[in-house]
Amino acid sequence: MAIREDQNRFRDIVKGKVKEDLRKYVSQGEMIGKREDEYVKIPLPRIDIPNFRYGPKQSGGVGQGEGQPGQDVGDPGEGGQGQAGEAPGEHMVEVELSMEELAEILGEKLQLPRIEPKGHKNIDSLKTKFTGIAPVGPEGLRHFKSSYKSALKRQIGSGTYNAEEPLVLPIRRDMKYKSFKKVNQPQTQAVIIYMMDVSGSMGEEQKEIVRLESFWINTWLKKHYKGLETRFIIHDAAAKEVDEDTFYRTSESGGTLISSAYKLCQEIIQADYPTNEWNIYPFHFSDGDNWSGEDTRLCVKMLQEFFLPNCNVFGYGQVESKYGSGQFLKDLQKEFGEDERITLSQIESRDKILDSIKDFLGKGR
Amino acid sequence: MANLTPELEAERKRICQIAKDAGLDCFETIFELITYDQISQFAAYGGFPVRYPHWKFGMEYEHLSKSYEYGLSKIYEMVINTDPCYAYLMEGNAMMDQKLVMAHVYGHCDFFKNNIWFSKTNRKMMDQMANHATRIRRYMDRYGQDTVENFIDVCLSLENLIDRYSPYVEKSVTKSQPPPQEKNYLLKVERDYMRDYINPPSFVQEQKIRAQNEAEEKAQRFPQEPEKDILNFFIHHAPLADWQVDVLTIIRDEAYYFAPQGMTKTMNEGWASYWHSKLMTTKILNDSEIIDFADHHAGTMAMAPNGYNPYKVGIELFRDIEERWNKGQFGREFEECDDVKERKHWDKKLGLGRDKIFEVRKVCNDVTFIDQFLNEDFCVRNKLFVYKFNKKTQKFEVDTSNFKAIKSQLLFHMTNFGQPIIRIEDANFENRGELLLNHLHEGIDMQPDFMSETLKNVYKLWNRPVNIATIMDETPQLFRFDGKEYTQHKLSGEGPSPNPATEESSG
Repeated sequence: MAIREDQNRFRDIVKGKVKEDLRKYVSQGEMIGKREDEYVKIPLPRIDIPNFRYGPKQSGGVGQGEGQPGQDVGDPGEGGQGQAGEAPGEHMVEVELSMEELAEILGEKLQLPRIEPKGHKNIDSLKTKFTGIAPVGPEGLRHFKSSYKSALKRQIGSGTYNAEEPLVLPIRRDMKYKSFKKVNQPQTQAVIIYMMDVSGSMGEEQKEIVRLESFWINTWLKKHYKGLETRFIIHDAAAKEVDEDTFYRTSESGGTLISSAYKLCQEIIQADYPTNEWNIYPFHFSDGDNWSGEDTRLCVKMLQEFFLPNCNVFGYGQVESKYGSGQFLKDLQKEFGEDERITLSQIESRDKILDSIKDFLGKGR
Repeated sequence: MANLTPELEAERKRICQIAKDAGLDCFETIFELITYDQISQFAAYGGFPVRYPHWKFGMEYEHLSKSYEYGLSKIYEMVINTDPCYAYLMEGNAMMDQKLVMAHVYGHCDFFKNNIWFSKTNRKMMDQMANHATRIRRYMDRYGQDTVENFIDVCLSLENLIDRYSPYVEKSVTKSQPPPQEKNYLLKVERDYMRDYINPPSFVQEQKIRAQNEAEEKAQRFPQEPEKDILNFFIHHAPLADWQVDVLTIIRDEAYYFAPQGMTKTMNEGWASYWHSKLMTTKILNDSEIIDFADHHAGTMAMAPNGYNPYKVGIELFRDIEERWNKGQFGREFEECDDVKERKHWDKKLGLGRDKIFEVRKVCNDVTFIDQFLNEDFCVRNKLFVYKFNKKTQKFEVDTSNFKAIKSQLLFHMTNFGQPIIRIEDANFENRGELLLNHLHEGIDMQPDFMSETLKNVYKLWNRPVNIATIMDETPQLFRFDGKEYTQHKLSGEGPSPNPATEESSG
C-alpha cells in the first residue's frame, strides 16, 4: 500500500533521518484513553506544518453543560473547535479497552518476552476466571446489567415498555449470568518499588516522563502478576516513602543523595518482601546528578551486595534535563557493563519512552 | 465495484428507497466493504483511494490506526463527495451499525448534491486526485523526492491562504470600469446659483488633481485591490519553476475542493444525523436493535464541556427549525410577542417545517445557518456556554452563557474556518519588490512562533523580503523576513498598512 511509504517517510522525519528542518516541528502529543478511572496515555509524535493561525490560549470555544462562570472545563486540546479542516464526513466513536488488552498490544509492539517469575513456581492455585455472559448459571452470579438490558429489549420489542412509567421487569429468560471457568494459576507475588529524584533539577517534563514510563511498566507487570504491589520513594538529600499521588507531585530544592533512597528501599524489602517468595522490581529515576563520588560508590556497593542478587532486575532510568550532568549513568555503566541483572536506560525525551520501556522489560526477567 | 454481502446489499436497496421516499435526492451512492486498515488509509487520504506521496498522510494513518489498535476510537463512516458518491462500510461491524452508517451517508449525499456551496465542486475529484498523484510522482522522479516534498511542505504551510468565497463570485465581463465622472468628487449642489460658492474653481481643480493622483496610485499599486487568494497570486507572480507552479496549483485545487466541506461542517453533519435518526427510528430498525441504536446515537451526539460537536448542534438546530416552522414560531408577530406563556404554546399548525429544512439545507452555509437560526431559547435549552482561557488560573473556564456571546463565538470560529484572514496588500512594497501581507486583526493575535515560520515559507516562494502587518500585544507591528533576519517594528498609526480592516464580507 502506498500509505506505507508515507508512513515510513513520516517515521524517518521523526527519527531525524531525513529533513532536519522539520524536526523542530515534532511535537510529542499523546492519545489519552480512559479505562474506568485510569487514564491511558499513548505517546504520539506529530509534525505541525506551520501556518498562520490564532494563538490557542487566546480564543475560546463553545461547550455544553451545567457550568457556572469560572468553572474549569479542561483543556480543549486538539479536538477543540476550529478543526473543521478537510476531513470528509467522518464519524469516530470511542471504544473501551481493558488494561490487559493494552498490555498485550504493548507486548506485541515492543516484542517483549514473557516474564518468568521466580519463587513459588510450583504452587498453583485453582482460580475462577470469568469469561463472559451465559444464559444459565447460579443466582449468585447473576449479571444485573445484562439481565435488565435484555429485559428492556424484550419489553420494547413486544410493545409492553411504557416510557412514561419506565418499569422494567426481567422474566426467567431475560436472566444473564457470569460464566466462568476454573484455571490453574501460578501463585506469584511481585512488588515494584519506584524511586525518584525530586531535587530541584528534575522539572515538570522529567516527572511527566517518569509518570508515563511507570504507567506502562505497571501495565506490563500487572499482566504477569496478579496482586502486584507498588511502593513509592522520593528523595533529594534524604529519602521518604510516599503515596502515589505525592510521588508525582512533590518537588524539592535540596541536593541529591541517591544512597538515601537505596537504603530506604532495602529496608522496605527486608521488612515486607522475603526475597525468596517475592519478585522484586526496583526502578530508580533521576537526572544523573549525585552529590559526590563517594555516595555513588556507596550506591554501587549496595547494588552489588543487596539488590542484584535479590531482585529480578534493577532498573535505572536517566531522564535528560538541562541541568543534569548525567554522571550517574556513566558510573553505573562502567561498573556493571553488560550485567543482565541491571537495566540502564537513557530517556532523552518523550520520544524515547517506548524504547526505554523495551530496555527495561525486554529481558524477560 | 461494490462488494457488499447479499444481506448488506438487500439492506442498502431498502434504505436507499426509504431515503428517496423521504424526499432525499442523492447521486448514485456506491458502498464498499473494507477492512479497518483500508479505512485508516482512506481516511488519512481525506477519503480518497489515491493521493500524492507525502509524509503528512503517513502521519494521519499512523494516528488513526494506532488509535484503533489501542481501542481509543474507530471510524464508522466515511463518504466522498463525488458523482457517484463513494462510501465505506467497515468489515465486522454489527448489522445495526451498518444500517445506521448507510442512512447517515444518504443524508450526506443529498447534502453534497443539493447544497449550493458544493455547486462549484469538481465531482470527478477521484480522477483529479489520481492525476495529481501521477504528476507529483513524475516530478519526484525527475527532481528528487526530497526536493519536491520540501516544496510541498512549503505549499501546505500556506494552503489556508485562499479566498473561500471566490468560486461563488461571478466575475464581471468588463473588468475595467469607466473612469468616475466629475460629479463623483464634487460636493452636491441643490440650487444652481450656489454652484460656484459650494464648488469654487480652485476647489474643483484640487479635487481633480487628487482624483487623478489616486487613480494613478491605484494603477501603480500591485495588486490593485488587496488579494485574498494568495496562492493564486503566487502561481501567477512568484518566481517559480514550471514544476513548482504546477505543484502549487495542485495544492490550491485540493484546498478549494475541501473548502465547502469546512464551510458546512455543522449543517452537513446535522443533516445526516437528522436523517439517520428519523429513518432509523421510523422505518429501518427492527425492535431488537433499538437499544443498541440509542446507545450508539447518544455516543455520537455527546458534547463535552470543552468541545463543540457539530453533529449535536446541527441536528438540534434542524429539529428546532422544523418545529418552529411547523408551529409558525417565526415572523414579526411571533418575534414581537413578549408573553412567555403565549410564546411557549404558540402553534398555528402551519406544517411548513419539512419544506423549510429542505430550503435551509439548500441555501445556507454554517455561518448563515447559525446567524439566522440560532436563537436564545435554543442556547438555553441546550445549555450552551462560552469558555475562555483564564491567564490567572492557566485553565479553560466557563465564561458566560450570554446568548450574544455564544453566537458571536460560533460565528467567529466559522468565518474563514476560525483562521486569521490575510491578504496581500502590496507586492511592490517600499518600491523594492517586497511583499506586504496584512492580517485583518479581529481581536485575536496570531501564534507568534507559527507566524514567523510561515513567513519564512512565504519568503521561499516570493524570494524577496516579505512583511506582515498585524497587531500583536495590542500594538500594531510589522514583522519582516529578508532571507536572513527576522525583525519586528512597531507601527505608528499611519503605517504601511494602506487598507485598515474594513468591509470584510463573510458571505
